[in-house]
Amino acid sequence: MKRIISILLENESGALSRVVGLFAQRGYNIDTLTVAPTDDDTLSRLTLTTQGDDQMAEQIVKQLHKLIDTIKVVDLTVGSHIERELMLVKLKASDPEIRAELKSCVEIFRGHVVDVTASTYTVQLTGDSDKLDAFIDAVREIGIMEVVRSGVSGISRGDKFLRV
Amino acid sequence: MEHLSGGEIVIRALKDAGVKHVWGYPGGAALHIYDALYRQEDVEHLLVRHEQAAVHAADGFSRSTGEVGTALVTSGPGATNAITGIATAYMDSIPLVVISGQVPKAKIGQDAFQETDMVGVSRPIVKHSFLVTRAEDIAETIAKAYYIASTGRPGPVVVDIPKDVTEPSYKVPYEWPSSVKMRSYQPTNKGHRGQVKRAVKSLLSAKQPVIYSGGGVILDDASEQLVKLAQRLNYPVTNTLMGLGAYPATDRQFIGMLGMHGTFEANTAMHEADVIFAVGARFDDRVTNDLNKFCPNATIIHIDVDPTSISKNINAHIPVVGTCTSVLNEMLSIADELATEPDTKAIDAWWAKIDQWRADKGIYTASRYEPSSGDVIKPQDVIKVLYKETKGDAFITSDVGQHQMFAAQYYLFDKPRRWINSGGLGTMGFGLPAAMGVQLAHPEAQVACVTGEGSIQMCIQELSTCSQYNLPVKIISLNNSALGMVRQWQDMNYSSRYSQSLYEDSLPDFVALAEAYGHVGIKVTRYEDLEEKMRECFALKDRVVFMDIVVDKSEHVYPMQIPGGSMGDLYLNKAEKN
Repeated sequence: MKRIISILLENESGALSRVVGLFAQRGYNIDTLTVAPTDDDTLSRLTLTTQGDDQMAEQIVKQLHKLIDTIKVVDLTVGSHIERELMLVKLKASDPEIRAELKSCVEIFRGHVVDVTASTYTVQLTGDSDKLDAFIDAVREIGIMEVVRSGVSGISRGDKFLRV
Repeated sequence: MEHLSGGEIVIRALKDAGVKHVWGYPGGAALHIYDALYRQEDVEHLLVRHEQAAVHAADGFSRSTGEVGTALVTSGPGATNAITGIATAYMDSIPLVVISGQVPKAKIGQDAFQETDMVGVSRPIVKHSFLVTRAEDIAETIAKAYYIASTGRPGPVVVDIPKDVTEPSYKVPYEWPSSVKMRSYQPTNKGHRGQVKRAVKSLLSAKQPVIYSGGGVILDDASEQLVKLAQRLNYPVTNTLMGLGAYPATDRQFIGMLGMHGTFEANTAMHEADVIFAVGARFDDRVTNDLNKFCPNATIIHIDVDPTSISKNINAHIPVVGTCTSVLNEMLSIADELATEPDTKAIDAWWAKIDQWRADKGIYTASRYEPSSGDVIKPQDVIKVLYKETKGDAFITSDVGQHQMFAAQYYLFDKPRRWINSGGLGTMGFGLPAAMGVQLAHPEAQVACVTGEGSIQMCIQELSTCSQYNLPVKIISLNNSALGMVRQWQDMNYSSRYSQSLYEDSLPDFVALAEAYGHVGIKVTRYEDLEEKMRECFALKDRVVFMDIVVDKSEHVYPMQIPGGSMGDLYLNKAEKN
């Protein structure tokens, strides 16, 4: 099953490569990866998604925790959580009918058209990965020119938080 | 406050970290550091002949003392030559600090002369690594490196220092940090009390228990606690290859090494056990054989300081994360509180079974191999004679292959830190440089490197280092004119097609070679000479002696687990299977 793993990492050179290297070294796959500094710029928050059963997820979490730069690790999929991904899609849109259809499609998915030319629409969409997949399926026939996805970011629901 | 250059700080920080010996090899990017080294007397540097040996020597030093070993190399080829040594230490969790010179910061990434991304190259084989970018950061980084290397599950730490950071003209205030604190690194030392209690109860209720102890017990100096617990319970103890010596091999309760070349009694006891108490061991594939057939009836109690070792290969029913010493101590005190005794009747019956296995098919029964005679010297007998001549009290380092297994099987280690081998990585060439490190740490002790004519040639250049620093190690080379373990596998799995495992007539005259380095060479070809020559070898206390012992090349290492089988599925010799 899909796992969303969140890591609080020292914002130091080489820290990210250790995380990525660990996955290669131990034979785990990374499906998506996002990383950026937090409100405290000595810390990075990294979210990655991978596939694995409970035992594998446990090993991944333990191995990540073992990295010296890692401060905290949590498998968000174990509890209730919020998952978001940002996607930018450039679509072929020269035909007025298609432009209308696209606009309604974007509305249904609560996206925004963020750039327009005579022949293209660029759409911005946020949501969980399933929603973004569904949008791609919906517009595939119309003509996708380019897709950019940020990868998943996640946070747990309720009172739980990941902080030093 | 004192002002020092980066190069001076490196050496001063080593001194303040308690380092007395550094093994290394100079080169361009490390020259500022080497110049600082020249201008002081607190830290002694030992010049090796190849950087791999510097790391192995520091490693042998560490394994035999428990202290952190230190190596110093230059950038590029110096750094990459050190890699095999670092990987060896990493696989066996040996605490080392390896300092490497790096090209100046401004040249990093420009494919400069002798540039290698050392932090990148070493990343998968270090516990941690640092690239130091300011002279001001050197002391703190070195303090962190020693702290990380020696705490939790130990391991090698690389500190890569660009040349401009050690620049002599740039002086900064020097202060050695009084303590190291890292928010991202706080290893768990003490086991969870509830879990420890469960472990004790489970252990006390066992009817067919086995204590399976590994290198972690030695690394944490927990041998005394292990012996106390085992003897209080009267349970059988088996040690892994890395754990030999943690429990005295000559004690009745010791049932030998387990695993691929473990004893029949240890492997069979494991297979039939109802409770396995694993302490400081990691269920390595060279122990377990087929994971699906592993110890089907056993409740697994697993103590390890590294959470990732627990339930990695074999699911632990009762996991305890903590250091071996603290958890074993706590187990002993809980056992006192509980005032429950083991089921003596069941344990006696269990011992009766084990003793029967030991008597019938044990490794020390006479029928395990054909005896030596005349010009047929059995490698096993060489180890037995070595054991006898050194009264079982030598430090034995080894290389990798058949000789390593024979040494592990037939040299009975009664003390921890006496058996020094590359268990995890299996590094040929480890033995001689490791022996130098051991001899340096224990100048009065007998130090022997058990090797073969294959392995010894991988680091034979260190015979020269032995001369320079008067390190009178004894080299016990089992010469079967073949890569013995490769040949054994070729016999067993490839219909004796000896693909590239033979040297034909290309082997050197090892006696002449030893003499060329200023040492003593002794060749033994007949069994009846073996004891006397061995005695002669160890009588030469202050000399390096190279014993070139021609052994039976057809000999295989047995027992050997049958691939795909359970722990107890073994070849006992060329004809006998269990």
